[in-house]
Amino acid sequence: MNPDKLFVTISGALAIVFTYWFFLMRNEKTVVAASDSIDIAVEGGYSPEVISIAKGKTTKLNFLRKDPSSCLEEVVISEFKVRRFLPLKKKITIELTPKKEGEFPFSCGMNMFHGKIIVK
Amino acid sequence: MKTNNLSNQLTKLTFTIKGMHCASCVKILEDSLSKVEGVSKANVNLATEKATVTYNPTKVTDQHLQSAVSSVGYQAVIKDEMEHEDAERLEKQKELHDLRNKVIVSLCLGGLILWGSFPGLMNTAPALLQNFFLQLILATPVQFWAGLTFYQATIPALKHRTANMDTLVAIGTTVAFGYSAFVTFFPQLLTPYTLNPIPYFDVSTIIIGLILLGRYFEAKAKAGTSEAIKKLIGLQAKTARVIRNGKEADIPIEQVKLGDLIRVRPGEKIPVDGVIVDGESSIDESMVTGESIPVDKTKGDTVVGATINKSGTFVYKATKVGQETMLAQIIKLVQEAQGSKAPIQRLADLISSYFVPVVIILAIVTFVIWYDFGPNPAFLFAMLNTVAVLIIACPCAMGLATPTAIMVGTGIGAEHGILIKDAESLETAHKINTIIFDKTGTLTKGKPEVTDIIVLDKLEQYSSSGAKRNREETILKLAASIEKGSEHSLAEAIVKKAEKQRLTLSRVEAFKAIAGFGVEGKVDGQKLILGNRKLTSKEQVDISDKLPTVEKLEKEGKTVMILATRPHTLSPNPYALLGLIAVADTLKDSAVEGVKALQNLGIEVVMITGDNKRTADAIAKKLGIKRVLAEVLPDQKEAEVKKIQAEGKKVAMVGDGINDAPALAQSDVGIAMGTGTDVAIEAADITLVNKDLRSVASAINLSKKTMRTIKLNLFWAFGYNIILIPVAMGLLYPFFKILLNPIFASIAMATSSISVVLNSLLLKRYKL
Repeated sequence: MNPDKLFVTISGALAIVFTYWFFLMRNEKTVVAASDSIDIAVEGGYSPEVISIAKGKTTKLNFLRKDPSSCLEEVVISEFKVRRFLPLKKKITIELTPKKEGEFPFSCGMNMFHGKIIVK
Repeated sequence: MKTNNLSNQLTKLTFTIKGMHCASCVKILEDSLSKVEGVSKANVNLATEKATVTYNPTKVTDQHLQSAVSSVGYQAVIKDEMEHEDAERLEKQKELHDLRNKVIVSLCLGGLILWGSFPGLMNTAPALLQNFFLQLILATPVQFWAGLTFYQATIPALKHRTANMDTLVAIGTTVAFGYSAFVTFFPQLLTPYTLNPIPYFDVSTIIIGLILLGRYFEAKAKAGTSEAIKKLIGLQAKTARVIRNGKEADIPIEQVKLGDLIRVRPGEKIPVDGVIVDGESSIDESMVTGESIPVDKTKGDTVVGATINKSGTFVYKATKVGQETMLAQIIKLVQEAQGSKAPIQRLADLISSYFVPVVIILAIVTFVIWYDFGPNPAFLFAMLNTVAVLIIACPCAMGLATPTAIMVGTGIGAEHGILIKDAESLETAHKINTIIFDKTGTLTKGKPEVTDIIVLDKLEQYSSSGAKRNREETILKLAASIEKGSEHSLAEAIVKKAEKQRLTLSRVEAFKAIAGFGVEGKVDGQKLILGNRKLTSKEQVDISDKLPTVEKLEKEGKTVMILATRPHTLSPNPYALLGLIAVADTLKDSAVEGVKALQNLGIEVVMITGDNKRTADAIAKKLGIKRVLAEVLPDQKEAEVKKIQAEGKKVAMVGDGINDAPALAQSDVGIAMGTGTDVAIEAADITLVNKDLRSVASAINLSKKTMRTIKLNLFWAFGYNIILIPVAMGLLYPFFKILLNPIFASIAMATSSISVVLNSLLLKRYKL
């Protein structure tokens, strides 16, 4: 094998390992506990990404979309039957009063970006 | 009303405040609103009862303002729903406008570059266009202005270690643009590698132009999927003509209070839900309930907000306002259904979460394989095929496949008075093979009505005319007169029928109700008895002649009341028969067709009732229902549903949603024939506000059509990626020398997600 081909092959293998590690071996994000209300920034994903809220109590999730990508223009919290449009740079409050404990995912309208609500 | 001040990113919002009564309220409210972090100015006007607040929308939400107002004892009426819709509409308009400009610029510049660089075409282009530096100048704004959105989405996503379609487009076009820029500046560096130093600016620019064009059409088409909600919100009346202290005034709908008297004139929209207290009219309720024929309403009848008053003027009392009205409940239900997720989506969700990283890995594999084993110039093949893989992959189609169809499906349902609670119910409904109908109040009207009046021989003395109609009226008049004092439901049916025919009832003397038998009394000096067969045998009335008629009516599920007379109480003569009145709970107009429509779909129809077997069979026969569960007590209905489910059937239960809630909950799909009340909606998976039994079959059909659309969408979205990604990798090259040009890859990608949305929109053509 020519040196350039060897180089490309090794670089490719490393790039594959890196891609796998970078995207698919992410550590579980830190859980941020929300009291009465929590601000969630929407920019290339959700920050914080994992939120813990209390069962039986109403918690306000204030979404603020800073990302112009139309991918993130909607937030879907299907367990709570919520699909809301998030206007750019305008805070939108979604009130949740969970009745059961568990982990409930939320995502963008096209299911590309994800977050999680943990009800305790 | 909301206005945006773009220069300093502040927003001004004007909203109504309820509960203000003096000047001090103004100060209290202004102070409270000003204290909210992010509010720069708050003005409250006592005369108009409105507050105008200037604030930073990134810090302050409508809820913050509402909390500030309620904390000092008032109520802020912010039309969140309408405002939200407006904000979405405005932003979408802006997005479409921006996209259109970017598409025009990108495709124009890309077209010029293509002209100057495409083999065969470039010979016709001016020499200037063939200049690589000019091509670089033309391609740069496309890459970094029109394509900025891809970078803006990619960079923050990478910070979160996630990726989406923008990431793929950003990488793909950056590779093509970067290589081309390198070739433009350093062509001599490529010569030793036997590479012809030609840039590919046409690829980067045309890809960006076409993908943005795809997004433009996709955004336009997607707006159509949520049309139903917009229509429902638009139905809301803006003002109400309220009568307070004897004066009439038009006020904004938010200020209407419970108990307000509201006047509605012909052609006007009824503002909120209520009960008519004066006047009568014909009301078109089609926009809310899907019921196509106008309904006549009079004093005591309920009216629904957002429906149209067709003819008369009436005054009604508001019984439900704001979020409590039927329209608001329907909007909430449809919105919730559209936010829910269908179980069929789970696979798409799972795949899309791994999709983009896997495509990036496949792109790297493509590059390495083409570089190592491809024909010369291997680097160019490797690069162009890698770009093609990155561009053709379309996770969006998978993400859009299910929700767009659910949005259109639930929207069509709502427009026809079929409210679907969530996507799961819509999905389950297509598997239903058995439907159990509760009889009373569902298949039947639930209120007994007079069905037959049979005149017997001895009537002549009571009737001045021999005409059949008059003789029937006489029977009815006598029966109603004697029953007027009774509270029995059968008596009510007879009196109601007489009132409907505007008969004048006679005075009754010596009225007596004989429990379990019937009633007796004296009318115009004649002793009358009206009751069942037990009464006639007790009074020794000879009914043998008419026994076959009585039995025939009873077999039809009717209750027969026998009217007999004798000249006076002490008369030695026996009672003589006057006539028979049959009373029955009648079938709803849509019942026969409704059942037949379901049977035509191959669904077994079962009737469940507390009635005795004979009555139940009689009703079932009329409807063509073969399986009848009779004499079932209300608390046993749930167990009966379980039994049928144990036979391996997928069962839907149709009831009124109030009395049979446990059976509805037990069934796979609970369908309530309701009025949109909270109770019914809570218990049911599907609520039919139009009360039309044919809608049960329509709902099942809608579910089947929606599921077919979803499956087709998913098949298309998966199939597209499964087939075209290997083609883009060059899998066909060894056999057929076929490679996919990255420009064609971008055309395929753009049409893929549009086709999924358009296919969902095709559901709208389905006639319920």
